[in-house]
Amino acid sequence: MSTTVSPLPSAYKPSRLGERILACFTWAMIIYTMLPIAVMVVFSFNYAPAGRIALHWLHFTIANYGDAFAIQDLTGALIHSLEVAIGSAVISSILGTPLALALARYRFWGKSATDIVIFADIAAPAVVVGSSLLSLFLALNLPRGLLTIFIAHIAFNLAFAVVVIRARVSGLDGALDRAAADLGAPPWVAFWKVTFPLILPGIVGACMLCFMLSIDDLIITTFVAGQTLTFPLWVYGAVKVGIPPQVFVLSTFIFTGGVVLALINVAVSHRRQAPV
Amino acid sequence: MSQDDQNAGDRLQAFYRGLTQPRLTRQNFLRGSGAALMAALAPQIAQAETVTDWAAWWAKQKPTKEFVFANWPLYIDVDSDGKTHPTLNAFTKQTGIKVKYQEVIQDDPSFYAKIAPVLKSGQATGYDLMVITDGWYLTELLLQKFLVPLWREKVPNFDKYAGPSVVNPPYDPGNKHSMVWQSGLTGIGYNPKLTKREITSIDDLWDPAFAGHIGMFSDVTELGPFGMMKLGINPTTSTPADWEKAAAILQEQKAKGLVRQYYDQSYITALENGDIWVCMAWSGDIYQANSKGYKDLKFVVPKEGCNIWHDNMCIPVGAKNPLSALEWMNYYYTPEVCGLVEDYVNYICPVPAAKDYILNVIKDPAVANSPLVFPPESELARAHEFRAFKNYAEYQKWINTFNPIVQG
Amino acid sequence: MRQLRGKLAPYLLSLPSWVYLLVFFLIPLASMLGMALAVGDPLSGYTMSDNFQEFVAAFTGYEDAFARSFWYGTASTVITLSVAYPVAYWIAFYGGRHKSTYLFLIMLPFFVSFVIRVLAWEFILSDQGFLFGPLKELGLLPRNFHLLSTQWAVIGGLVYNSFAYYVLPLYVVLEKIDRRLVRAANDLYASPATAFMKIILPLSAPGVFAGFLLVFVTNVGDFVNAALLGGPGTYMIGNIIQDSYFENQDYPMAAALSSILMLMLMIAILLYSKVFGTDTIQEYAA
Repeated sequence: MSTTVSPLPSAYKPSRLGERILACFTWAMIIYTMLPIAVMVVFSFNYAPAGRIALHWLHFTIANYGDAFAIQDLTGALIHSLEVAIGSAVISSILGTPLALALARYRFWGKSATDIVIFADIAAPAVVVGSSLLSLFLALNLPRGLLTIFIAHIAFNLAFAVVVIRARVSGLDGALDRAAADLGAPPWVAFWKVTFPLILPGIVGACMLCFMLSIDDLIITTFVAGQTLTFPLWVYGAVKVGIPPQVFVLSTFIFTGGVVLALINVAVSHRRQAPV
Repeated sequence: MSQDDQNAGDRLQAFYRGLTQPRLTRQNFLRGSGAALMAALAPQIAQAETVTDWAAWWAKQKPTKEFVFANWPLYIDVDSDGKTHPTLNAFTKQTGIKVKYQEVIQDDPSFYAKIAPVLKSGQATGYDLMVITDGWYLTELLLQKFLVPLWREKVPNFDKYAGPSVVNPPYDPGNKHSMVWQSGLTGIGYNPKLTKREITSIDDLWDPAFAGHIGMFSDVTELGPFGMMKLGINPTTSTPADWEKAAAILQEQKAKGLVRQYYDQSYITALENGDIWVCMAWSGDIYQANSKGYKDLKFVVPKEGCNIWHDNMCIPVGAKNPLSALEWMNYYYTPEVCGLVEDYVNYICPVPAAKDYILNVIKDPAVANSPLVFPPESELARAHEFRAFKNYAEYQKWINTFNPIVQG
Repeated sequence: MRQLRGKLAPYLLSLPSWVYLLVFFLIPLASMLGMALAVGDPLSGYTMSDNFQEFVAAFTGYEDAFARSFWYGTASTVITLSVAYPVAYWIAFYGGRHKSTYLFLIMLPFFVSFVIRVLAWEFILSDQGFLFGPLKELGLLPRNFHLLSTQWAVIGGLVYNSFAYYVLPLYVVLEKIDRRLVRAANDLYASPATAFMKIILPLSAPGVFAGFLLVFVTNVGDFVNAALLGGPGTYMIGNIIQDSYFENQDYPMAAALSSILMLMLMIAILLYSKVFGTDTIQEYAA
């Protein structure tokens, strides 16, 4: 945007020391969030007597990895969870983006009501959302399964997506859109060429947030799942008789998959982006 | 508007109109929709089939070649590759009936919350057999006639092999609607290395020497009886006055700072980690912990007694394959099949004769000789059944008496 | 024509979400909360009534739990904000090409089910575990010190679980702040601290608010952390609602408690936006 080529202002890089401290702090927080995951990864290599995970060190083994997919219900549950999480995150963001734009850029009749609905969606206790949806599905004679889990997850993800995207839109300069329109660009073109790239980080953030919410949900899913299982449902049920090592192994796979994705992302961005 | 939209709109209309009770139709929107929901929660509205003559109903049923079995995760034997359940396969081989085995039950309250509205709306749950713990939820299913009375003549093995602890239970007299899948004892689990002495009595849960390292259950169905047994009251036949006394002594235990936490199933982790030294515990959990390498942990049936609970197989109304479910129940109640399941599950077997089968045929003395899997008669004699509630008011009284201890 | 389109735009933009939320959230929610006015029991059924006794009972019976929930919610939100802000700030301003990678790393632990995370924390924080065990050996902690089963464990659990939820909206807002504004302040001899207070903080207010909305509201209503990490006397209102619904099957009570909770949260949010003037900033920035 700017054509000025001048050294970066000192306030932008306040001090090397300040930045170092912040960097250390960020890494410390990343390590802190990873701590329980490290425990899980380590113990996924622990010998699991009687097919149950033990959180005290017995001896190293990779046998658990050989049986990674041995429990079909668990593997199926994990696949369901991933499908629902990815699908509902994407659809929630698609539905949420226009609403966030409307809320951030326009004054309109019903805006306060919309704010209240969004707020209520975040504040409503899980049992209330879950049980009320179950009653609705029963009344509509909709068989409970993957579809109803999808519907429920979108229903609670949507508000979270709107809040995040709205925060991104709210500071953006609407004049850019209007300028594009003044130059004769149809609204769709103006949106795709101007607005969309600017709010994209917000949409990506919303997707991530929705994914996290969805893959962790237990209570609402319990109500609407019917005979379908998701990963948290199965694991929570297994606590009664002890968690099998496959739970740790599959979770380690997901985690490792995520790390690999991050590394690919780093490599790609290195190649794509020339120095600023 | 497309045909589909039209239909969806009609259905939504029906949601309000059909489920709103007539005398409420004049009320405003919010009340009306509230009523719609209540209608879904209320008992037996538009029951698909209101059966009165169950003998005739059974006579009408045709044999089928499959049934759907809802159970808790890891609650049946698994073969060495982990993919299949040998007893189910053997059953299919012998009878030609395929079993759709689903590990969909996480705990009783949430499973009940899921199926009850379905049953109340008159729809089928999709299950032909499900495993429900004795307690209020089973009672509630029975009171609402949501369980099919069993055709007992079709399950001769039950009369032949069932152990005395599972025959004619107080919650379902005469086993008219249920047969036990597994049982368990709720006694005391402890770590002698940390308590530095053996535990023998419920009084030990009130020992100030263990202050801050005593665990109790947050489930009030389990918690209440421990207060009563400490006072020498038999929980099975207790009265509301007894409940008050028990609640007072449990409240005192908490006020003195003896209790570290009211636990759900996570107590076993705390016991394994040494955070608690002595705790209410399930026999099967301690057995599992021992075999996982936490060798120090011990289970004891206190001299005052303990709780015994039963997970029961039962058939929900609307089941499509009831005869196949019965055939499975009959198949299960043999020393061979029960023994195979027991060797994997390690709770308490409903068929005592399975002990010999595990010892002599499976050759697993660790399981067969474990007092946790096959408790001696003397211990079972001290086990108390849960108080069976007659109606919701009684249950509510119980809840209101004991909940403040956990919630306060 | 253009003007008409301008007027219609917000309605067209919000229509899809509105339809969805109306059918799959609002109508079911309203009917469920309407249960608060019902009398009856789960076996003999419910009838509607005009009385608000359930609200009175809910309000007077559980005031401790309400107060506790708001205290845990506030404490955990303030702590989360104070650790999430520097992290979001650093990623947004110094993350360079790897911004999204850092964010992703922070999200990653949440791809693993909460049951496992809690299990691992119980292991890490156990009384004699690898964290506290050595400290106790060295005499740095008293022998009978324990963190699990205390309110601090509950608050800590809430902070851990909401950290990523606060970083996201903060990052999303900080990332778009025009660096030239900071430079201008610098040119006018503002100290870095002043530049931060006068420019960056106000401009990031929408993110602080969005995060507050997500984190405070969900934390006050949380039940998982208190159930698994708390001790006697850490019951939150979310746990009471769970119990009322599942265990007591007192649906009117669960509905009344939920309505009161939602109302109180809404008041808290309104107070927040009044005190910190979030609305004006958002309007100004828009």
